[in-house]
Amino acid sequence: MTFDVARIRKDFPILDRQIRGGQPLIYLDSANTSQKPRQVLDAMTEFYERHNANIHRASHQLGEEATEAYEGARIKVGEFIGARDETEVVFTKNISEAINLVAYSMSNATAAGPGRFALGPGDEIVITEMEHHSNIVPWQLLCQRTGATLRWFGVTPDGTLDTSNIGDLITERTKLVALVHQSNVLGTINPVRMIADAAHAVGALVLVDAAQSVPHMAVDVASLGADFLGFTGHKLCGPTGIGVLWARRELLDEMPPFLGGGEMIESVWMDRSTFAPPPHKFEAGTMPIAQAVGLGAAIDYLTEVGLDAIRAHELQLIEHALGALAAVDGLRIMGPGSPVDRGSAISFTVEGVHPHDISQVLDDLGIAVRAGHHCAWPLHRAFGVQASTRASFYLYNTHEEADALTEGIRQAQRFFALA
Amino acid sequence: MEYESLYQDIILDHYRNPHHRGLREPYDAEVHHVNPLCGDEVTVRVSLKEVGGEPAVADVSYDALGCSISQASASVMTDLVIGKSVDDAMAVCEEFLGLMRSKGAGEPDEDMLEDAVAFSGVSKYPARIKCALLGWMAWKDATARALEEAS
Repeated sequence: MTFDVARIRKDFPILDRQIRGGQPLIYLDSANTSQKPRQVLDAMTEFYERHNANIHRASHQLGEEATEAYEGARIKVGEFIGARDETEVVFTKNISEAINLVAYSMSNATAAGPGRFALGPGDEIVITEMEHHSNIVPWQLLCQRTGATLRWFGVTPDGTLDTSNIGDLITERTKLVALVHQSNVLGTINPVRMIADAAHAVGALVLVDAAQSVPHMAVDVASLGADFLGFTGHKLCGPTGIGVLWARRELLDEMPPFLGGGEMIESVWMDRSTFAPPPHKFEAGTMPIAQAVGLGAAIDYLTEVGLDAIRAHELQLIEHALGALAAVDGLRIMGPGSPVDRGSAISFTVEGVHPHDISQVLDDLGIAVRAGHHCAWPLHRAFGVQASTRASFYLYNTHEEADALTEGIRQAQRFFALA
Repeated sequence: MEYESLYQDIILDHYRNPHHRGLREPYDAEVHHVNPLCGDEVTVRVSLKEVGGEPAVADVSYDALGCSISQASASVMTDLVIGKSVDDAMAVCEEFLGLMRSKGAGEPDEDMLEDAVAFSGVSKYPARIKCALLGWMAWKDATARALEEAS
């Protein structure tokens, strides 16, 4: 099927909205959260209208239907990212919870005594300077709890990962390497496989933050060389409140639980419990059932459009947007200036105009972007800037919208220069 | 366009030519505040003196990085509080806070707020209110600390 952006746009009701007194919405904030197609909204409505019940514990028809819908979504997720089977897929509320699940499970393992997931002084966790706060703070906290040391890869001035000191960073002391597949600020796509191979050579585990890559390109956990991979539903046309931790089954088998509660147990006595096999061991309490169904529908939608077609559309958009933005005087793009090894989040600074002021003018023109540090404060410090403006594109965006963006930026420049 | 009514000339004037900018000696307290939403930051120093047995604001100096709203607001703030008794200055601060919480429906006391009335439009944009309050909140914090030191 050929990719027809006009037809795609019809699937997203919100794109018909007018905002700020009649401006048609130009939504360039999909790296923050994506918009939702009718197919996802319908699937969630249908679930609530026809099948709603709690899962795994209701011995009635609706309970069976709800369980099938929820577990069906798990199967779709597993197939989408190349899991060996669906038991490797743990639902969480978002990717932050997915990363925290791993960090707290390692904490719990540490408290239980020596073992594969236990950490202590002398052990090291390696991250990168281009991480989102959600892939920094959980590891800082884990290091504080266990006495392990946090180390990180730096970033080159052109916005790629500085792997020149990989031999010094990844050593026999390394227990875990946690890195982002595609930067939410720079758009940079990192050489995950190369780093994963180095980590595995010293016996370390690899966690990949794929929040920004899974929505935009075909991602396969095995070819990345990941041991853990997380992403979130709401950035991939799905609802909020549902995220995914994928992990190799043998790791999930060995890892102690994160949250305790209903549904994650095998047996409970007053003084102890045994736990359900994965993935249920990590899913305590009533889960976001309708949201999982929505995520399944989003995966169906993206699969039908085709991840390769989406990536091809975005590559054209990125090339066009990068060219248009580069022609704006005083505009500096953070991150790769060409579409190679880059995704569709484009962050930039404009000389003399603060990102908040840029985004205010753009908002008035109906253009939604993000201004600030985008939850990547250390990365902004590394670039010597306090904040940036980020335009992020998705399957429903057009070249005309990229042109409107650059025209809006010029308007902001004129206003703040003349005023 | 709407943004032209948000960015009043008074705001742009203060943004371009900020008053009382730069950190000065002497001071009784210094604070550093950040806006975690965007990373904007301000350092404020407050120097107090006694006038008629009451604490008064002798000087406020600051160094700030941020958007036009946060920069201009800090500049206007120094104009309004320097030379006033701490009580009067706090009252102005409260009035400004009330204006920022008014969601665009505030009727500010112009005699009290002077140039700060230009920020009325900011209260319509929830994401920008923190920008306008950054300098004020830092001043309030620094003044409270200076008073604590003195007591």
